[in-house]
Amino acid sequence: MTDKITAKDINEQDKTLLADLQDALANCMKCGNCMEVCPVYKEVGKEAAVARGKLSLMEGVLKGAIPLSAAFDTAMSKCVSCKACTAKCPCGVPADELILRGRQAAVKARGLHPIKKKVFALLKSRQLFDFSLRMAGIFGPLNFKKLPGKMASLARFPMPGMDYKRVTAPFASTPLRNQYPEVIKVDKPKMRVGFFTGCTINYMYTDVGQSVLNVLKENDIEVTMPSLQHCCGTPVYMSGDVDSAKILAKHNIEVFDEYNFDYIVSACGSCTEAFRIEFPHLFHDEPRMKEMTERLAKKTYEISEFLIDVVKIDKSKLGPVNTTVTLHDPCHMARGIKVTKQPREVLKSIPGLKFVEMKQPDRCCGSGGSFSLGNYELSRKINDKKIADIASTNADLVATSCGTCRMHLMDGLHQNKLDKNALHVIQLLDQSYKAGHKK
Amino acid sequence: MEKHHINALKEIVGEENVLTSAEDLYCYSYDATPGHAHMPDAVVSPANTMETSQILKLANDNRIPVYTRGSGTNLSAGCVPTKGGIVLLMTRLNKILEVDLENLVAVAEPGVIVADLNKEIATLGLIYPPDPGTVATATLGGTVAENAGGLRGLKYGVSKHYIMGLEVVLANGDIMNTGGKNVKDVSGYDMTKLFTGSEGTLCVITKIITKLVPAPEAKKAMMAIFKDLDNAGKAVSAIIAAKIIPATLEIMDNATIRTVEDYAKVGLPLDAQAVLLIEVDGNPIVVEKEAEKVMEALKANHADFVQIAKDDAERDKLWAARRAALPALAKLRPTTYVEDATVPRNKVPDFLRAVSSIAKANNVTIGTFGHAGDGNMHPTIVCDIRQPEEMKRVYKAMDEMFSAAIELGGTLSGEHGIGLGKLPWMEQQHGPVTMNAMKSIKRALDPNLILNPGKLVGEC
Repeated sequence: MTDKITAKDINEQDKTLLADLQDALANCMKCGNCMEVCPVYKEVGKEAAVARGKLSLMEGVLKGAIPLSAAFDTAMSKCVSCKACTAKCPCGVPADELILRGRQAAVKARGLHPIKKKVFALLKSRQLFDFSLRMAGIFGPLNFKKLPGKMASLARFPMPGMDYKRVTAPFASTPLRNQYPEVIKVDKPKMRVGFFTGCTINYMYTDVGQSVLNVLKENDIEVTMPSLQHCCGTPVYMSGDVDSAKILAKHNIEVFDEYNFDYIVSACGSCTEAFRIEFPHLFHDEPRMKEMTERLAKKTYEISEFLIDVVKIDKSKLGPVNTTVTLHDPCHMARGIKVTKQPREVLKSIPGLKFVEMKQPDRCCGSGGSFSLGNYELSRKINDKKIADIASTNADLVATSCGTCRMHLMDGLHQNKLDKNALHVIQLLDQSYKAGHKK
Repeated sequence: MEKHHINALKEIVGEENVLTSAEDLYCYSYDATPGHAHMPDAVVSPANTMETSQILKLANDNRIPVYTRGSGTNLSAGCVPTKGGIVLLMTRLNKILEVDLENLVAVAEPGVIVADLNKEIATLGLIYPPDPGTVATATLGGTVAENAGGLRGLKYGVSKHYIMGLEVVLANGDIMNTGGKNVKDVSGYDMTKLFTGSEGTLCVITKIITKLVPAPEAKKAMMAIFKDLDNAGKAVSAIIAAKIIPATLEIMDNATIRTVEDYAKVGLPLDAQAVLLIEVDGNPIVVEKEAEKVMEALKANHADFVQIAKDDAERDKLWAARRAALPALAKLRPTTYVEDATVPRNKVPDFLRAVSSIAKANNVTIGTFGHAGDGNMHPTIVCDIRQPEEMKRVYKAMDEMFSAAIELGGTLSGEHGIGLGKLPWMEQQHGPVTMNAMKSIKRALDPNLILNPGKLVGEC
């Protein structure tokens, strides 16, 4: 890879790639308020780590003051995409999205990292991807939640950041969607719902998927898990490979649109965000896709949000779960789809469960999807602060609503020698329904 | 700077604490001031006073410019490395060394974030009052060097009123201590005050002794809306004349009110010429009495609407409009200049009127809000620095605005400092004798002119 690609070179390839961002970048008044909330800056302490610095670097490239170098690439990659800067910005600069555009520019100009290229190619073939994960043999650095793995596969595809001590979730011997029929019928269904499992739940955290299905059944909802569904594309999108992200998005949109569901649910903030925000954004200038995407976006809900806002669950059926729980808000829940009340309401409606709030529950856990693979030590430092906050609540366990967060929290609890569990919110609700039956 | 200088710097602070890549240097070419940017040759982060001293000695011996920097949130281009050289990043010196309850002082390193100091002492019922808008990111060292103020300046003053002593490194690397924990200290020139607000031109601050004050037990916020600007001005005077010193006494002009209303929909009437936001604090009984007197003063001066916050939620609501002022203005256009020209408080209405007519005459958008109680105004100019024709008008408006402040007996800066941004008007405010005296001090303490050269007093 050459180090000498300039803005002129990129703009010759694609005249709109960064040039259309000039206004958005100019809106950053460099006040530095993002420094207060950026978890990466707090650890690194360098201007290039915080949004203000990253946006400046993009401006620098556009002006031709600095090249679109490998160092630029590295600076753009040092972001957990937690959106805290955007939420804080007094000028309303969408820094998180702009940083993604910076990554896209880097990808466009310099090409994807060769390993990522291989994995994304694999991901684009659904059958091959499914086969690979089921074999749990091939193990590429497809970022985060999709491909955590066994040590044996590490040797074949060494992954930066996959520390040998690191705790990851085991692969399921049978993926969730292979454990059930495609349609899970109930007597007198009150609605038909499509379940977007996401890769983490399908291939690793099948326990979460089972809880989602149990809870929906308890509420007389017919669930379909479309067998052709595929990765939502968030990891690919976040890496700056928009073309691949569009292929995955289009596939999922077409698959889910076929079924004409009343609602689509997902048990992951990032997957929900993909359906609701990313997909319409990706196809904003393609009328047919745009219409379809917006239709789906309107009926997509995160599971806690769905149960509280749409289903309005009957809390009288819940039995006691005697434990103390604290809650970690995933970034893409708290700031992506802005769902924070509903998971709390789910937990607080469980009899016997004592809910304790931690300090800054919506501060990033450091996972940041692919971020923790490429920057494990840094992601651990961010996570250690989160673990300390969890520890100070004296809760028995921490609940969250994202597989990647759960995995990173588990790793953090282990590394900090805390004998606590990390579960999805919905698993506790499932336990409560079960306890209700025993009443 | 030559390669061997960089190597020598690496010897002092360690390889990883010297940044030289084009990307890293670009990230230290600016601060929060629009229109000034220049690349340094190296960014160096010392870990302690000794390393700072060694860096300065090296820089002084080799005539390398040094620009001391904290979080870089300043609004005067104060830490832009206009002549290249070294950006001296002080953020690694970030320890609160001591909280001395018997003397009510804290000793801290310059890289401590101001809000973190306040968090630390809040549990002890104490505050460090200077609270600039960037308090959650700005470093203590930066705020001391810029003599930063804040919202509660009327009652509590600015940074210099709280700095009791300093440890500084002089240009040649010598380490010097000023002041101390003594409440009364009249021994010698007041070097502490000289260095506080010296904007990195006289020394590098490495340790700070601050005064702490008891946190007020109660607060009460009030808001008043005026359709007549003079009535607002009279109300401010009446409050002070009633011998009440509110912690905060804020004003927003019509341009700001319209922008805030458009953006935040807080329910302000668009034809209002001024909104006053007042907060009294202190002993709960006194606070109640003072709030009553403030309300009387507002009504007596024909406020068109007054409101008093009954609880914290209502207080937050009243504050929402003032908090929205800068964001609302900043969102209008890409470039935002937040100035801090200050006038004697009885001249506030005159100044607001002057700014408004200057804006109109030059076809420039300026919203003014600020601290009416201490006369510290923030005329905020929003524009697009990429439009040369517009910028000509902006610079002309700025020129007229600062001249207007000076003519009203005011000053260029109430709390942001001079840096480079306001240098053009320094002579107009201070005159040649004062400027020469200031330059003599600069030359005496920094004969090789390596410390933030060209700033505050200009070229020497």
